[in-house]
Amino acid sequence: MGQNMNDIKRRIKSVTSTRQITKAMELVATAKLKRARTKLDASKPYFNTVLDSITEIISHTKGIKHPYIDCREAKKTLYIVITGDRGLAGGYNSNVCRLAENEIKEKSDVMIISIGSKGRDYFRRKGYSVSKSYIGVSETPSLEVTKEISEEIIRLYTNCEIDEVYLIYTEFRSTISYEPISLKLMPVNILPVTEENDEYPVIFRYEPSPESVLEYLIPKYLNSVIYGACIESSASESGARRIAMENATDNAEEMIDSLQLVYNRARQASITQEITEIVAGADALN
Amino acid sequence: MAKFMLEIVTPDRVFYKQETDMIIIRGLEGEMGILRDHEPFVTPLDIGQVRIKNDGQIKIAALSQGYVQVSEEKVVILSDTAEWPEEIDIERAEKAKERAAKRLEQKPEGLDILRAEIALKKAAIRIGTAKINQRH
Repeated sequence: MGQNMNDIKRRIKSVTSTRQITKAMELVATAKLKRARTKLDASKPYFNTVLDSITEIISHTKGIKHPYIDCREAKKTLYIVITGDRGLAGGYNSNVCRLAENEIKEKSDVMIISIGSKGRDYFRRKGYSVSKSYIGVSETPSLEVTKEISEEIIRLYTNCEIDEVYLIYTEFRSTISYEPISLKLMPVNILPVTEENDEYPVIFRYEPSPESVLEYLIPKYLNSVIYGACIESSASESGARRIAMENATDNAEEMIDSLQLVYNRARQASITQEITEIVAGADALN
Repeated sequence: MAKFMLEIVTPDRVFYKQETDMIIIRGLEGEMGILRDHEPFVTPLDIGQVRIKNDGQIKIAALSQGYVQVSEEKVVILSDTAEWPEEIDIERAEKAKERAAKRLEQKPEGLDILRAEIALKKAAIRIGTAKINQRH
């Protein structure tokens, strides 16, 4: 009996320390989530302004032609997959990877750029070649890195090495809801405002030309979309991790409770047995 | 003086959002001033400063590449970075300038000349802007 009780005690101790770790991770994830959300809010105005301007240019300038907008036959497709660098975040990483894989399966010729080591490992394991991967970015996205990525996209696209670009990331809907989504980045697909909605179109003058303004704007647009997606993904990752850790902590607590119950029973049983033994011994002496 | 709404937005924050009398910016074809009721137009900006005149006071900020959009209701400047003089780290800018100048001088293989020139220009503008504050 004594042996059994020690075992249970040891298990309680180990589960307690696990709970401590998951609790700490939960707190860290909560703090990170908060930081990511502030960053997300701060980057929104820039993104919206860029998007508004591009929409305006495209809808108010007739017959505009630019390789970034015009569709061409899609032979090679580039996928940018944003995942986390670390696990223990519930289904976060596997959900993004699964969506990406489903999309990629349908294309004949793909190229993959991964942000985050989980995505890179996943596709390497499945036998895809990952042409480039960025590690250590997904948790704290920076504009320098996203700029590097968007410049690379522009370079590949203008050299006709790729004909389509998709971005796969996790959209942050609320603190408890995240959805992996796929977004077409190139050719830029922005719906022009229809004339009906727009009663008094403002005629802008573009200096030197609408094309040159687009030439400047579209890389900015790409950059801010990728940056925004990185931040949303990092917010989702922290959120998913927070929930996973919260569940783990709850489970650990439940386990400790039931172990404690078993322990108490065992303790009581051993005391009862001892008393019975003493009484039996005393009886034998009489 | 009649005022208009000016917004300066960078990727990480809304740098400036206030009613303003006048701004002077550096476009690709030289400096230009913008007052209220300016014709709607859009143009990319050169690396340079923006001067914001408000109630007789002039504020100066350093901008890296960006563009300006003048519409009926407001003027929006979008830039990669925007800094007030007191926010600029002069030492860092000086170092960046030296680095860029050195690279341009030595011309190592595979040098992206355009990039180095942009870096040099940015650093010079930042130093210039930061020193405005010291003069006062």
